[in-house]
Amino acid sequence: MSALAQAGRLRRVPSWVLGVVPLLLVALAVGAFAALDGPGLGDRKGPPIEELAVERTTLEPGVIELTVRNDGPDPVHIAQASVNDAFVAFEGGERAIGRLGTETLRLRQPWVEGEAYEVALLTSTGATIVHEVPAAVQTPDPDVSFFALMALLGVYVGVIPIALGMLWLPWIRRIPPSWLRGVMALTVGLLVVLGIDAWLEGGELAAEGSQALGGTALVALGAVVAYLLLSGVGAWLDDRRRQAAEDGATGQRLALLVAIGIGLHNLGEGLAIGSAYATGALALGAALVVGFALHNTTEGLAIIGPMARQRVAPRRLALLGLLAGGPAVVGAWIGATLYTPSAAALMLGFGVGAIAQVVVQIAPTIRDDRGRLLHPPAVAGMLGGMALMFGTGLLVTA
Amino acid sequence: MVGLTRRRLIASTAPVVGLGAVALGQGSAGAQHAGHAPADANGHGGGSGAGIAGHGGHAAFRGGDVDHEGNGFDPHEVLRDFDWGRTRRLPSGRVVREWTLIAGDREVELAPGVRFAAWTYNGRIPGPTLRAREGELLRITFVNGSAHPHTIHFHGIHPAAMDGVAGLGDGEIAPGGRTVYEFDATPAGVHLYHCHVRPLAEHIAKGLYGTFIVDPAEGREDADELVMVMNGFDTNFDRANELYAVNSIGFAYMDRPVQVVRDELVRIYLVNVLEYDLINSFHVHGNFFDWYPTGTSRRPAEHTDTVMLCQGQRGIAEMRFGHLGRFMFHAHQSEFTELGWQGFFEVCERRGGRLVCDLPEGRP
Repeated sequence: MSALAQAGRLRRVPSWVLGVVPLLLVALAVGAFAALDGPGLGDRKGPPIEELAVERTTLEPGVIELTVRNDGPDPVHIAQASVNDAFVAFEGGERAIGRLGTETLRLRQPWVEGEAYEVALLTSTGATIVHEVPAAVQTPDPDVSFFALMALLGVYVGVIPIALGMLWLPWIRRIPPSWLRGVMALTVGLLVVLGIDAWLEGGELAAEGSQALGGTALVALGAVVAYLLLSGVGAWLDDRRRQAAEDGATGQRLALLVAIGIGLHNLGEGLAIGSAYATGALALGAALVVGFALHNTTEGLAIIGPMARQRVAPRRLALLGLLAGGPAVVGAWIGATLYTPSAAALMLGFGVGAIAQVVVQIAPTIRDDRGRLLHPPAVAGMLGGMALMFGTGLLVTA
Repeated sequence: MVGLTRRRLIASTAPVVGLGAVALGQGSAGAQHAGHAPADANGHGGGSGAGIAGHGGHAAFRGGDVDHEGNGFDPHEVLRDFDWGRTRRLPSGRVVREWTLIAGDREVELAPGVRFAAWTYNGRIPGPTLRAREGELLRITFVNGSAHPHTIHFHGIHPAAMDGVAGLGDGEIAPGGRTVYEFDATPAGVHLYHCHVRPLAEHIAKGLYGTFIVDPAEGREDADELVMVMNGFDTNFDRANELYAVNSIGFAYMDRPVQVVRDELVRIYLVNVLEYDLINSFHVHGNFFDWYPTGTSRRPAEHTDTVMLCQGQRGIAEMRFGHLGRFMFHAHQSEFTELGWQGFFEVCERRGGRLVCDLPEGRP
């Protein structure tokens, strides 16, 4: 039978049947596999695989509390716990923890502020799950004053530097177009460094968190999701702009996208700040706020860059600033109260995707009269942006 | 430096900003960070916590006791369980003392809820305490019921073929195989026996060892005699011990102290078979003891409250308790102590043929 005849015969079959047949075959195969009692699978051979991820550490006087998630395929029964090589009494985990289940363990330990602790959980099979508390600090109670403190922290590292950066707007209004292209390239350079940074930190956090929930893939997933969502929103805004034939909106739209990208990035950073603050993983004694303000000022510059040739209402500027910086506050709140490394990794992934999308959007504005993207001033600008981000980063460590 | 990321840098600013918040009167949380965190009223880990059981203010295992019946041995019974074997008298008048030791693989509960795939002699860890008199002929039939090759290597003086090592005599005894070790009971003292199949550390650490006592021909003074085998277990196979004990079950004598009688002689046959750690030690509270290294001399080497032993070292400690009450004993490596090698002597009194314990501590 020729292929043509075959195709002709198939054409007579209703299309829904053609759609359903593979589904039925899959069901049949699964059913047969189950009926045969899963040949080749059966009971696990060898010892169970026990994996626990510590998702959250809370310290209160005399108690170290760990929230653990079973990351492995088999149930885990925590039999004993020790802190710094001494068995300790603890509550929680009386029953086995099922796959992806969580349990909160309260270990009785008179810890001393600033000291390091190593918690080892001994499972029923004798395996150990070790978790380190690098520097013990009491976990603050999430009361009003704490939220106020977190808000202040977020404002310091998020909102204020961005607002300061926006003060460059009058200056960039006066510079010639070729310079402006350089400023846009500079913005791209800044964003690229932010993106790389978020990517690496997301990976680091994801490695700490539950692997069963995705691990490092969470960063990539977050990035792709954010990229697609923002591209969708961008296309939708494009359509609306065409309908309204609103001139000059491109710059504002770009600025909005930049602000969203930086905002998502700052949300991730806020999470990290809040959780670090809550778990006491702080490098104590560093006086870095001023350095940080300078460092993040460049984020403000990135937002206003696309709007250099437009009139912008101060209210709009304030909104963009809040959109970019405010998430640091929200992130700090979430990080200090509901933090898990996996969630933070996903958030940082969103930031990466948002930044990548913004970079793609900004790229056309850098093109010169001959349509080239990587012309010398653009390359210089990008490298300059990267150097600026890197350099002010060094300032922070000073 | 790997960890020096932007996130960390941001985090490091937090205390400074926190101070700023305090200065502005907006955040009290930062103020709580000054000084030391208030600790338990009780300076120790367990005990005082509401709802968390402790043992006399000291940490112990959660979940009480292990299932000694399920394990097939009880550290309290091991303490005073001396296996004299079966004896026959040869026409020459010499006594032949015989035992049968069977190696096996069995799961043992080492701490409440923690199970360990152990290798045992006669189903227990430590294996039976073999006890003989100086000059007797000893005959130990070894049956390997384990899935792995094993031997018994005795400390003492014997022919090369009886050494229980690969390549000499019957060498390694394959699963299902058997052999007979025969040698003279000499020298008098407290010794040990253990499997000598490579990898040695694994074969010992999994439980194949026991105490081997040769009483001097003239005997020793009557005493309440105890066997304490200092050991540990590497439950996660990282060649470091997670659990430490005497006679295998950590804190066993914390939960139920070793009862002794005031002013009566207590003799401890102390053996160190700890693997993966270089040394172990024995320390008793509120008392001193005469220490006879290896038990070969009748003169004590030292009057002390602490002795240190390398792997395979052993000796006899003799003491009398003059005060009533509970006296702790433990390794003087604090880590071993808190990971299980810790117990109590409870000094009791004989009253009208009855032993009365749980007496209040006396004050001088």
